[in-house]
Amino acid sequence: MKITINGESHTCQAGETLLSFLKAEGISPQTVVAEYNGSIVQMNQFGTTLLHDGDSLELLRFVGGG
Amino acid sequence: MLLEVNEKKGRNIMEDQLIIGGKEIKSRLFLGTGKFGDDHLIPKCIEASGAQIITVAMRRIDFHTSQENMMQYIPKDCILMPNTSGARNAEEAVRIARLGRAAGCGDWVKIEVVSDNKYLLPDNEETLKAVDTLVKEGFTVLPYMTPDLYAARRMRDSGAAAVMPFGAPIGTNKGLRTREVVQIMAEELDLPVVVDAGIGKPSEAAECMEIGAAAVLVNTAVATAGDPVRMAAAFGKAVQAGREAFLASPGAVRQYAEASSPLTGFLHEA
Repeated sequence: MKITINGESHTCQAGETLLSFLKAEGISPQTVVAEYNGSIVQMNQFGTTLLHDGDSLELLRFVGGG
Repeated sequence: MLLEVNEKKGRNIMEDQLIIGGKEIKSRLFLGTGKFGDDHLIPKCIEASGAQIITVAMRRIDFHTSQENMMQYIPKDCILMPNTSGARNAEEAVRIARLGRAAGCGDWVKIEVVSDNKYLLPDNEETLKAVDTLVKEGFTVLPYMTPDLYAARRMRDSGAAAVMPFGAPIGTNKGLRTREVVQIMAEELDLPVVVDAGIGKPSEAAECMEIGAAAVLVNTAVATAGDPVRMAAAFGKAVQAGREAFLASPGAVRQYAEASSPLTGFLHEA
């Protein structure tokens, strides 16, 4: 299935959760803020957020800024 | 003795507190974390400057490059203030602010709404809309703004915890080019005025404080200095010196010389 992450198309396996996707990408979930189909996902819900074909995901993190 | 002098003319230094969002802020220097050549310098600069309020930005994760988690470089006792940089209108600023809060780093936010990429000047009208929404959602909101007394009053009426007019465009190191308006804002507003952006040297930060600013926010000036840690320490001292000078009430400016030594008792007097 295909989902859009940060504006780019990604291929994911069916049954993947937000948490398993982040782990597969080597990204520490504690450093991520997620917006799933336009709604903020709290960190403790990453493991129960199932990804579906056509979903849109924004994944952000803090960076240096003024 | 100090207090006696100040009762006459200046202000009471003993009671000089900076309160923003119901919190007493220890340092009148706010520090940004962008543009550092090496993020390891960030905690050293925070320590050297004494800064307590630290700004960060939020960006999309880049899957093509490995990125360090910069939050590990910010001491836990700091107040984290995510900015909404990248927002071009109020809606985008509100969205970024909510995401920042979801990251679990408190409810402070620096509103930054910019749609002009050449000078990065903040859009006061859109900023005000974002302030309005976010204050109602319980954020402690500090808007970055184009210096303007009326706009600042509206921000205050909407519940902004402070206002942050620029001294010069972001990253220019040009100093306090907006002095007249910032001074009027500091005089007329009953909430803290924080000069944010454009300050390049400690003397300019001191100047902001001397004319009554409550605090100064710097980033580029420290991050791009030859020795950022030393520059951070210099800014910390400059802000303190400027604040004390403001509290002490500087003497009058005069057109002609006025001798500091007595004008009588010269050797040549008959």
